[in-house]
Amino acid sequence: MSTLPWLHPERVALLEQALRRRILILDGGMGTMLQAHELDEHGFRGERFEHGHDDHVHAHEHPAHEHPGSCDLKGNNDLLTLTRPEIIRSVHEAYLEAGADLVETNTFNSTRISQADYQLQHLAHELNLEGARLARAACDAMTAKTPHQPRFVIGVLGPTSRTASLSPDVNDPGFRNVTFEELAENYTESANGLIDGGADVIMVETIFDTLNAKAALFALSELFHQRGARMPVMISGTITDRSGRTLSGQTAEAFYYSVRHARPLSVGFNCALGAEDLRPHVQTLSSIAESYVSTHPNAGLPNAFGEYDESPEHMADIIGGFARDGLLNLVGGCCGTTPAHIKAIAEAVRNHPPRALPGTVSKAA
Amino acid sequence: MNTARHTRLSGLEPLVITPDLLFINVGERTNVTGSAQFKKLIKEDRYDEAVEVARQQVENGAQIIDINMDEGLIDSEAAMTRFVNLISSEPDIARVPFMIDSSKWTVIEAGLRCLQGKGIVNSISMKEGEAQFLEHARKVQQYGAAAVVMAFDEQGQADTCARKVEICSRAYELLTKELDFLPEDIIFDPNIFAIATGIEEHNNYAVDFIEATHELKKRFPDCHISGGVSNVSFSFRGNNVVREAIHSVFLYHAIRAGMDMGIVNAGALTIMDDIDPPLRERVEDVVLNRREDATERLLEIADNYKGKRGEAVVETLAWREKPVRERLSHALVHGIDQYVVEDTEEARQLSTRPLDVIEGPLMDGMNVVGDLFGAGKMFLPQVVKSARVMKKAVAYLLPYIEAEKLRTGDTGKNNGKIIMATVKGDVHDIGKNIVGVVLRCNNFEVIDLGVMVPAQKILEAAIAEKADMIGLSGLITPSLEEMSQVAREMQRQDFHIPLLIGGATTSRAHTALKIEPHYKAGTVWVKDASRAVGVAQSLVSKELVDEFLAKVRADYADVRERHRNRGPGKQLVPLSKARTQRFSCDWAAYEPPQPNKPGITVFDEYDLATLRPYIDWTPFFQAWELAGHYPAILTDAVVGTQASELFGDAQAMLDKIVAAKWLTARAVIGLWPAANIGDDVEIYAPSLPPRAEGERGPLLATLHSLRQQVDKPVERPDFCLADFIAPIECGKTDWIGAFAVTAGIGIEEHLARFEADYDDYSSILLKALADRLAEAFAEHMHERVRREFWGFVPDESLGNDELIAEKYRGIRPAPGYPACPDHTEKTALFTLLDVTRNTGIELTEGFAMYPTAAVSGWYYSHPESQYFVVGRLGKDQVEDYARRKGWTLAEAERWLASNLDYDPE
Repeated sequence: MSTLPWLHPERVALLEQALRRRILILDGGMGTMLQAHELDEHGFRGERFEHGHDDHVHAHEHPAHEHPGSCDLKGNNDLLTLTRPEIIRSVHEAYLEAGADLVETNTFNSTRISQADYQLQHLAHELNLEGARLARAACDAMTAKTPHQPRFVIGVLGPTSRTASLSPDVNDPGFRNVTFEELAENYTESANGLIDGGADVIMVETIFDTLNAKAALFALSELFHQRGARMPVMISGTITDRSGRTLSGQTAEAFYYSVRHARPLSVGFNCALGAEDLRPHVQTLSSIAESYVSTHPNAGLPNAFGEYDESPEHMADIIGGFARDGLLNLVGGCCGTTPAHIKAIAEAVRNHPPRALPGTVSKAA
Repeated sequence: MNTARHTRLSGLEPLVITPDLLFINVGERTNVTGSAQFKKLIKEDRYDEAVEVARQQVENGAQIIDINMDEGLIDSEAAMTRFVNLISSEPDIARVPFMIDSSKWTVIEAGLRCLQGKGIVNSISMKEGEAQFLEHARKVQQYGAAAVVMAFDEQGQADTCARKVEICSRAYELLTKELDFLPEDIIFDPNIFAIATGIEEHNNYAVDFIEATHELKKRFPDCHISGGVSNVSFSFRGNNVVREAIHSVFLYHAIRAGMDMGIVNAGALTIMDDIDPPLRERVEDVVLNRREDATERLLEIADNYKGKRGEAVVETLAWREKPVRERLSHALVHGIDQYVVEDTEEARQLSTRPLDVIEGPLMDGMNVVGDLFGAGKMFLPQVVKSARVMKKAVAYLLPYIEAEKLRTGDTGKNNGKIIMATVKGDVHDIGKNIVGVVLRCNNFEVIDLGVMVPAQKILEAAIAEKADMIGLSGLITPSLEEMSQVAREMQRQDFHIPLLIGGATTSRAHTALKIEPHYKAGTVWVKDASRAVGVAQSLVSKELVDEFLAKVRADYADVRERHRNRGPGKQLVPLSKARTQRFSCDWAAYEPPQPNKPGITVFDEYDLATLRPYIDWTPFFQAWELAGHYPAILTDAVVGTQASELFGDAQAMLDKIVAAKWLTARAVIGLWPAANIGDDVEIYAPSLPPRAEGERGPLLATLHSLRQQVDKPVERPDFCLADFIAPIECGKTDWIGAFAVTAGIGIEEHLARFEADYDDYSSILLKALADRLAEAFAEHMHERVRREFWGFVPDESLGNDELIAEKYRGIRPAPGYPACPDHTEKTALFTLLDVTRNTGIELTEGFAMYPTAAVSGWYYSHPESQYFVVGRLGKDQVEDYARRKGWTLAEAERWLASNLDYDPE
């Protein structure tokens, strides 16, 4: 809770100092960068999983059909943290080179629930630990090169593949396929890995369903309470379409009031929409939030082929407008964005001051 | 610098408690400890209806709803989880924050774990010591909720002002110092206890609460003060008039002292000024503890108010003593037409012009009615009765006004003129008539063109009358297409007046997608009669119209945009795949029941008294826009009084209908051999049932059915009615039935009589009752078919509730309804049964039946046959259906417009 001391007070001080001075840059999309490597099943498996199961786990402990890793692993981007760490590190480096102040760990799906889709639930803690370590190493190396611009690791907690306040069965609106407690347990395990791996900040992001996020925030506060020290928390929701609501039906303002109790370092929106469509919702947050405001939009809306094709220049131009109007404290990119986008965005916001916090914030942050 | 500490709650939408909200109503009806009705629903596992209670709360203005499942025989944690999950899935309920109410912490936690928004915990306290209190409060913070803190400590509940203030202050210190709990998230409940109990120590309880409230608000201005208001009047239970008076007086003083939230029955608050003065004085004595004998004095008169809910028995004809202006207003608000002619005459003699009576006292009275209705304090049946009074007064004045007009040429003014019509092909007009009445009450001139009105006639009338707007109504789905045609025609003929759309099958989405784009000058969907006045007034107001229409346009553009951007949603499966997943049974082992009386049977002049017990009353109340299920609606906290009164009027009229044979009921049924071929059913002459191996008798008709194309798990079939008939290949003779019933023959002369008497109320009541009798007839006839004519359940004995709940074997789907949405299939039904000759029911070109009090449909006997919704149709099925029906694709798309899953070319 907010009365607890910081786990890494000196790093929090550096981050807050930077936030007061300028608009900080987040990194961009991970998936887009990985696609360029055109990895096949073999590429995803690496050595550890090449035998059709996890060589670090004794196969005889499991019935044949449910060996860890016995199903296709292609597409499990988070697994590359373990099997192809050099690729993940190179993506972090590319974003740091492009000007990112903060990089997000490659842990979007590193929860027990999401990894269960690959029968890799036993990796949840390891993926988070190693994901944070990789980003930590990349950031520390970059900070050594540019000491005036310290870099920070954002430990990412994703939404999981389930929703706690929506029924997957149209005939039974009261049904749920995941509970608050299960989600909180998942997030506790993942967050422990992120913290132990050296994250500076935890971000609960791409929030489709606020109840999932509340479970994550509950788990974090419980974890901080147990550890006797806390970390800054960033929160980023997702407005799923032009109706202007989250998947679970909340308006931007209702969303903020639902997560405000975590007294986050920042609150924002990412994914689903491009910068242009996100603007009114970021503006709403900007006018009511006591915390810093972030956004990392997609590179536009997907085109007919499901690809994102908003150019770096176009996206930077729109985001420059956000900055000019004083809406922002942190900005980056989500699906479809690349180091070129981040570089252009960094350029576009460089000369604009960050959004000023309302008077109550010194307490809230 | 913005330092205001407003409490910021949320459901799907935000609720920021700013001082200008004055008082937050927390709905109390979803509480098993406070509502016997809700407790019954939960105990009997009737969660659907329990959800409706929540919806009603929100509709009646509850800004937060309190949910309590504390009852010994209920698994409270499970019930809390299930109920909160259910109402979370209803956007019009979930938009408000929820208050999770329990004396058990585990139940509170169960509720909090289902809450995506920021709600309120009710409650935490220090009754088990500071450590427990702080532990709970910390959890509340972690779950992200505000908390009601009860004035309760280790010693017990605080009853005096001093103790209340002391405990709350200690709690505040702990919460803000130990935990950094936000002051604005603290809501004190300083305990409202019952007064006037006869025990002297209780006399000052209300005063203690009010004074404590004052002191707490002064000390902790960011916190809120709440309480369960109905406790205060507990000793007067059974006497709602006195209870509500006590609540009003108590709230009046408590709110002035700083109480800004309360758990109340939002719909049942009386206004202080409306309390009978002698009652009010004695209630104030009790609440404010002003004299020693206050309780005795209130008891002395309390019984005078006992009786019918909301109606003081002592109030009889006292209003007749008042000046004529007030008498007219009273008559209008209370719908009393007994004295209206003499009062109108008296007012006329006092006025310079007869028109002044209308524009003066009568309109003033109707404005009161309009305001009360708009504020949800009056209900539709009352408004219609008020209109009856108004109409009678106006009718009396009319000759005088005409004479005056001849003399001076002065015609007076009204709000605006509206042309109303039920569109071509449709005959349903109850809703339209209600809207007409409500608009007339608000001084609009309504020109009602009746039913089945062709587009050109509507447009000509609009030009001739120089109308300010046009209102279209319709009930059956083909009417939707006709409305769209009228809109196109208005555009083509360069109309510039707004178009209003209403009726049961219309919707905002349909209007936005299919009607508004065709007409530039403004199209507005009107949800129900209660919205009609606001819409019409905005449209005739020079100041409001532009902004209003701009808002509507933006809103509809938004609907279209969302429609375009709607996700893939649930993908339909191809027809071919849906057909592989058809309903089937072991036909070899199945023996289709053979009817006792094959062929056609006609029933003339059926006894109405027999039908009466089969009436399903719930839809009757819906027709009057009273929400709730019969019989619970009669005792409903909000609409109970009105519902009971309406029900009484309905019973009285039914007595007359039955005794004096106002209506004639007729029916025809038929049973024929039938076989399933693909998605069709072939019907043969009863004398020559089809045999296997191709030998078939003469074909009487082919029925065409539509199939669900929903992507379902393999074990759940994609239903199609035809599947419930044995396939031709199985070599067994199955049967199908059809029926057409009416209870509306002869209704016209009675409607004309009511209209001549300016009695819209009785006219609408009669139509609604005729509709109910026709539905009852369908239910009754179906039962007889099952027991006698087809006879597959000869010893069935189900109660009416079970019949309404469709517990019987077999189904009777009606063309135009969800299982067979194609209205044109009525043609086959009418031909097979020779319906018009046998019963007098006619079919319009839009396939509506006249008289409107009529029902027709098919009988299926298969034990596993069931009602279902065909839902959306893929283009593959529409093409296939068109081929089977001998239609062009465009024709099929027109008749199935409401079911298309795609936008036709």
